[in-house]
Order: sequence, then structure tokens, then C-alpha cells
Amino acid sequence: MTAMVKAEGVHKSFGAAHILKGIDLEVAPREVFCLIGPSGSGKSTFLRCINHLEQINAGRLYVDGDLVGYRQKGDRLFELKDSEVALQRRDIGMVFQRFNLFPHMTALENVMEAPIQVKGEARAVARARAEQLLDRVGLSDKARNYPSQLSGGQQQRVAIARALAMEPKLMLFDEPTSALDPELVGDVLDVMRGLAEDGMTMIVVTHEMGFAREVGDALVFMDDGVVVESGHPRDVLTNPQHDRTKSFLSKVL
Amino acid sequence: MTDKFDKVPGGPSAAAAPVSTATTVAPETIKAIPVRHYGRWISGVVVVGLLAALVYAFSQGNIQWQAVQDKVFDDTVLAGAGRTLLISVLAMILGVALGVILAVMRLSKNPVTSWVAWLYIWFFRGTPVYVQLLLWFNLALIFPVLNIPFIYKDEMTDVMTPFMCALLGLALNEAAYMAEIVRAGIQSVDEGQTEASHALGMTQAKTMRRVVLPQALRVIIPPTGNEFINMLKTSSLVYAVTYNELLRSTSQIGSTSYAVMEMLFVASIWYIVMTSVFSVGQYYLERRYARGSLRSLPLTPWQRVKVNLAAFSNRPSGGVSA
Repeated sequence: MTAMVKAEGVHKSFGAAHILKGIDLEVAPREVFCLIGPSGSGKSTFLRCINHLEQINAGRLYVDGDLVGYRQKGDRLFELKDSEVALQRRDIGMVFQRFNLFPHMTALENVMEAPIQVKGEARAVARARAEQLLDRVGLSDKARNYPSQLSGGQQQRVAIARALAMEPKLMLFDEPTSALDPELVGDVLDVMRGLAEDGMTMIVVTHEMGFAREVGDALVFMDDGVVVESGHPRDVLTNPQHDRTKSFLSKVL
Repeated sequence: MTDKFDKVPGGPSAAAAPVSTATTVAPETIKAIPVRHYGRWISGVVVVGLLAALVYAFSQGNIQWQAVQDKVFDDTVLAGAGRTLLISVLAMILGVALGVILAVMRLSKNPVTSWVAWLYIWFFRGTPVYVQLLLWFNLALIFPVLNIPFIYKDEMTDVMTPFMCALLGLALNEAAYMAEIVRAGIQSVDEGQTEASHALGMTQAKTMRRVVLPQALRVIIPPTGNEFINMLKTSSLVYAVTYNELLRSTSQIGSTSYAVMEMLFVASIWYIVMTSVFSVGQYYLERRYARGSLRSLPLTPWQRVKVNLAAFSNRPSGGVSA
């Protein structure tokens, strides 16, 4: 079975700042893979490398067996064109900390936009599935509302529906509940839990240790651009081996 | 405001209040003597006095009001106003189109296009539009023949008609200002929007067209409306290149009929009519593009009138049912 995501010695720098210092990991299909760590540890940057929102400086990154952002011929790498990168991203859904819904479109239009514009789906087909997806995230009554008329938790659930509309094989979650009021976090986590039960491969950058323990299949603790510790969430969270993991968990748990 | 509160204690509504609030003591409404604003009265009287003096001065001036009235709908004047409108609209369309291209060039990663756009904006914003108009008008002095090899060849004076001078002068100048407005609009769109669009598999071009530009328009439209209203007035400068727009046609009547000031009044009337009409249009256009940025759009003046009328007609029937 090929790994859904495979990272080999991934490095990333922003100018002089060395953010990722050699990341090696594998995410299996249907796995819920949690990334935790202090802010600035590089977990969000790594997530953004997976769909090529950031370009890596060294190493190799594969999604479903394909090199991300490059084509390899012999031992030479060729950068992919804009349209080819876009093609790769179709299959990778992403949910952002700040939702990033399109404010000039209603919830329904947000969900319909990519299937119509990217896949060339017929409006009626896209609309039917968008309504179905909004229903799935519990927002069928908000289809006609603009994002500014929705709460943070509702916006994030629309954002999840928008990503699902492209029928991705992999979903990336970049701290999906960090910008939410505490009482709204539960609704979003419930939707994610449902996705996990349906067998979606998910990589989740999160501070929700409860979610990681309950839903996660694998967990990685990152600090200062390297993977410090990895294993099953229950083991890592209850019985951390490294001092850095211990001190981090003692602060967040 | 105060009379609304005056009615609350002891009124019929208090008797109908539920039992739980009946136990709480109704607050006593404050009845204080308001501050007297003597300054407002004095300044109001002074301003009205000055206004009256101005009206009196004009009534005593040697003005042939009849001439103003006669010439407002004169064919020559109307034709001039039409040309002002035509040159303004065409120059604006060309200016906006060129401005968008310049803005995209300026923001592109290609240093050559970015630098060329900067140079263009630097020149056309750095020189007065009047000078630019005269440059186009006198182009034949340095290039007697316009010769684009294999495509076009003609005498420059035949190409550079007053209309062409006016159009190029106004449009190319406008493009420089529009480029900066469009650039500011594009840059005002949050980067997260581009990222979300890319993450969904949209290409750069589609992201620009479907996500960035529609949101940028909200920022671009208000200053563009101002630019157009400015354009209506700046177009009077094409007088210099002998294009027969509003100011030129009214002035010609004025100098032949010894009604110089009267014809300037006529021109002013038409300028103010055109700018007023487009100000109203701008209001509705801005409303259209505010979609999604406000939780609920404010009522238009017309909708407000309708709501007020509805309130009037409902009042008697409401009284009957109560």
C-alpha cells in the first residue's frame, strides 16, 4: 500500500529563517494524522508544503505517489506549470485557521464554486451536491447566507463543505478550531469526527488534544522544525518519552 | 426622543405590563432644563445674512436671466453637452481598461513589465493633463506622417483630429490614475483568499477573475466614480484642442451674443446636472458591490420613501385593529 503522504528530509527556509529542518514521515490512507507542537515549530508550514502553497527547499514530498510541485526526469527536477500544480491541488482539500471563505458569495456559492470552475461541472449537479454537503455539516438552512452573516463555527463548517465538494482524497486541517469561540469548537470537531469515520485521510494541525486522542490514528510532536516524537496518540499523550514533549504537554493538557 | 419616554410611566402600556414588572418601581423621567446654545443661533443668523446678501447682489447684477433660460436647451449647447458626455465616457472606458492592464503589469513578477508600468504612471501623473493634451495636438510638428510599417500610413494632422487629441489626452492620463486605484484594490484583498482559491485547484488567472477582482471592485468602485465625475469636469480642458464640447460651444455663443457670464451659467447648469446624475448612479453601483461585506444593506433613498409611505397608509388601519 503506497503512503498517501510521504516526506523525505523536507527542508524549508524563509530567507534566513530555517523553519523545517528535515522532516521524514508517512501518512497511510484512511489515517487521521495529528500534528502538534508549539507555535513556530513549523507544523503549519509543513502542512502548506503538502499542497505546494509553500515550495520546499530540499528533500522530497509525495502525495499518493506523485512528487508535489515537480516532475522528475532521470535525476533532474522540473518545476510544474501553474496549471499542473492546480491539477495536483484538486485532490487535496484544505481548511484554514481563518476559514478564508469567499465573502462575496453565499455559503452555497462558496461550495459550488470550485466544482464548476475547476472541474467544469454543470451548475445543477454542483448545486445538488453543495446542498447535500451543507446538509451534512448541518447548515442546510444557511445556504443563502453570506459568510459575514455566519458565526465562526458555521463559517468553518462551510469551509469544510467547500473543500469536500472537490471530492479530495486527502484533507489538510490547519488549526481549524483555533479561531473559534470555545462553545463553537464542538460542532466543527463533530464534522471532522464524521469525516474520519467515513475513512477520509486527514492531516490535522491542532491544539485539541482531546480530539487527537479520541479520533487520531497517529500523532507527531514537532518542535523547532524537526519531528521530536511520534506514535499512537494515546501513547504519546499519556506517556511521552522526550523532555520537550513532556514540557509541552504539561502546559497544554 | 424625550416625549417617547414621557409616555411610559403611568400610561396605558404600564397597566398592561406583566405582574413581575409591576412590583419594580417605574423610574422617574428626568425633566431638566436643556443647555441653551446661543452660539448656534448667532452663527445661524450670520450665515443666513451672508446668503441673503449674496442673493441680493446677484439680483442687482447686470445679468440677462432671460438669455440663460433661452439658451439652456439650445441645440448647440445640447450638442456640446452630448460631446462632453461622449468624450468623458469613452476616455473613462479606455482609461479603466488601460489602468487594469497597467495595474496587473505593475504587480507582475516580471521586472520589465513592472518597471515599464511604473515609468508610464510616473510620466502621466507627473505632467499636467493640459500639457499632455497640447502634446497630442501638436504631434504633427515632430511627426508629420504617422507610419506604422505595413499596417497604416497617413498624415498626422488627419489622424490627430480634435476628437482623437481629446480622447488620447484624457484617456492616457486617466489610465495612470486608474492603475494606482486598481492596484490598491487588488492589494486590499486578503492573501488568504488567494490561498483558499489555489488550494481548491484554481489557476492564477481564475483566482484573479473569480475571487480577487470581484472583491477588489468594492475598493475600486468608489474612487473610480470620483474619477469619472472629475473626468466630466476635466473634459472642459479639451477646449484647448478645439474639440467642441460643452464649454467651447457655450463660450462661442457667449462671445458672439455678448452674454459671456450667462453662457458660463448655462455650462455650469449642465455640468452640475451631469455630475449629479452620475453621483446617484455611483451610489447604486457601490451598493451592488457591497454584497456580503455588510450584514444587511442600508435602504436606498427610494426604499426609505416607500417604507415611510407604507407607514402612513398603515397608520389608520393599525388604529382600527388595536
